[in-house]
Amino acid sequence: MSGYFKDIITGLKSLAVGLQITNKEFLTKPITLQYPHVAVKMTPRYRGHIELLKDPETGMNSCICCGMCEKGCPSGCITVKSEKRPGVKGKVLTAYILNFTTCSLCGQCVDNCKPGAIGFSNEYNLASTRREDYIYDLLQKLHPEGVPEPEVDPELLKKELEKQEAAKKAAAAKKEPAQKAPAKEGGESKAEEKS
Amino acid sequence: MNELIRLLSYMIGLAAFLGLNLAYLGWVERKGAGHIQRRTGPKEVGPYGLLQPLADGLKLMSKQLIIPANADRALYMCAPILVMVPAVLLFVAIPFGEHLVPREFNFSLIMMFAFASMGGMSILIGGWGSGNKYSLIAATRAVSQNVAYEIPMLITAINIVLITGSMDLNEIVRQQGGYIWNWNVFRLDKSLLMPVSFLVFFICTLAETNRTPFDMGECEGELIAGYHTEYGGMGFGLFMMAEYANLVIGCSLTTVLFLGGWQCPLGLFPGPHWFLIKMYFLIWSFVWIRWTFPRTTFWALLNLSWKYLIPFSLVNLLLTALFIKVF
Repeated sequence: MSGYFKDIITGLKSLAVGLQITNKEFLTKPITLQYPHVAVKMTPRYRGHIELLKDPETGMNSCICCGMCEKGCPSGCITVKSEKRPGVKGKVLTAYILNFTTCSLCGQCVDNCKPGAIGFSNEYNLASTRREDYIYDLLQKLHPEGVPEPEVDPELLKKELEKQEAAKKAAAAKKEPAQKAPAKEGGESKAEEKS
Repeated sequence: MNELIRLLSYMIGLAAFLGLNLAYLGWVERKGAGHIQRRTGPKEVGPYGLLQPLADGLKLMSKQLIIPANADRALYMCAPILVMVPAVLLFVAIPFGEHLVPREFNFSLIMMFAFASMGGMSILIGGWGSGNKYSLIAATRAVSQNVAYEIPMLITAINIVLITGSMDLNEIVRQQGGYIWNWNVFRLDKSLLMPVSFLVFFICTLAETNRTPFDMGECEGELIAGYHTEYGGMGFGLFMMAEYANLVIGCSLTTVLFLGGWQCPLGLFPGPHWFLIKMYFLIWSFVWIRWTFPRTTFWALLNLSWKYLIPFSLVNLLLTALFIKVF
């Protein structure tokens, strides 16, 4: 009989504790984020699709267009387009195309990148109804207001022009002996065969 | 002629009161559930989601009515109506204010209980008529629960009848004074166990309205949606609204019997608003309880009634009789 009343009292107490907890939760502010109106702030280590990183000193990407990301990509979804421009050291990136429809987010490209020019972006709002929307030009994404022209180094430009002149001259000088060369070479090879 | 106008205006007023309550108690419940779980609840449709009930109603009405092949057509069709009838009818006897009673008559308390038990029967009809095993199990559960909990509820109500000597709800309210210690909950001079009997009545109201710690009739986890599994569109809507109507009636009855109805707590600003304040406080506590406690098992539910509530209410009845005889 004593257990009977004890049960009632402990039961009622536990019910009161439960009610207190829900009351406390009721009075605290909801933690719901109104998603389409307010975006979630992603953690910095979120692994989204890759993006070109901006070099804080130059304000440009630090891609050297080696193409290692392109070669290392298991799904072949990266295309790096580059060209040589007068007066600029190294190659200049003209387009970095990521086909996100086949990307598996493995991160091989980021590992392969020697200069650390690419990283994972924090972007997660990637829904779309059109396939074409998933072919990103990461260079355009890095500079949405327009890709800036690389700085031309006047000294380098001068040197390059001189080199070109020299090369032209050398080529012109080579042309004359080169016309005679085939016959001579052919003779030599025949001689080798004989011996 | 005057009487006719009075009745008509009461009918319109009650329909408006009922409609508003049924629509917005759903909103209150969803908001309460949301905030208790630290969500926001409905908020997109209208300011604070206040137009949500309208949107829900439109959605339910636009749905196709499908009658399952196994269903007993006649029973299936009339169950949602039958469940709504007593729920609406019971408002006839509730005293909202001293002179704000649709119909004041001698046996209003008995009438309340008589028609309230009709709700259990219509649940059985709905569950049986659906031709679905889940519905049938839920319906039998709901009925056995309603039967079990009607007993302590009635015994507790007899307490009140003994104290006040009347079965007229308005007379019961009139006899409780305008001060908080004159309410039946705290009338320790009539019986020492009055607060306990209030608790018993409160628990029984929870069970009678099929609310969550005792929602054997619905139990979403086990029986899909219980007795209204097979109902879609407005058939389901009627069951849902009847649930809220029963909630309003249960809380009104508790207010009338124990919390002094339209009497004010300290003699300040008397009026029908006190009735509404008390009733809505009780309704809020029901919502609060629903989103706090998990569902009991069925045997625990019947145990609670037969082993705890019935003995307690019987002891209380004896004590009340003794107090009235002695003092």
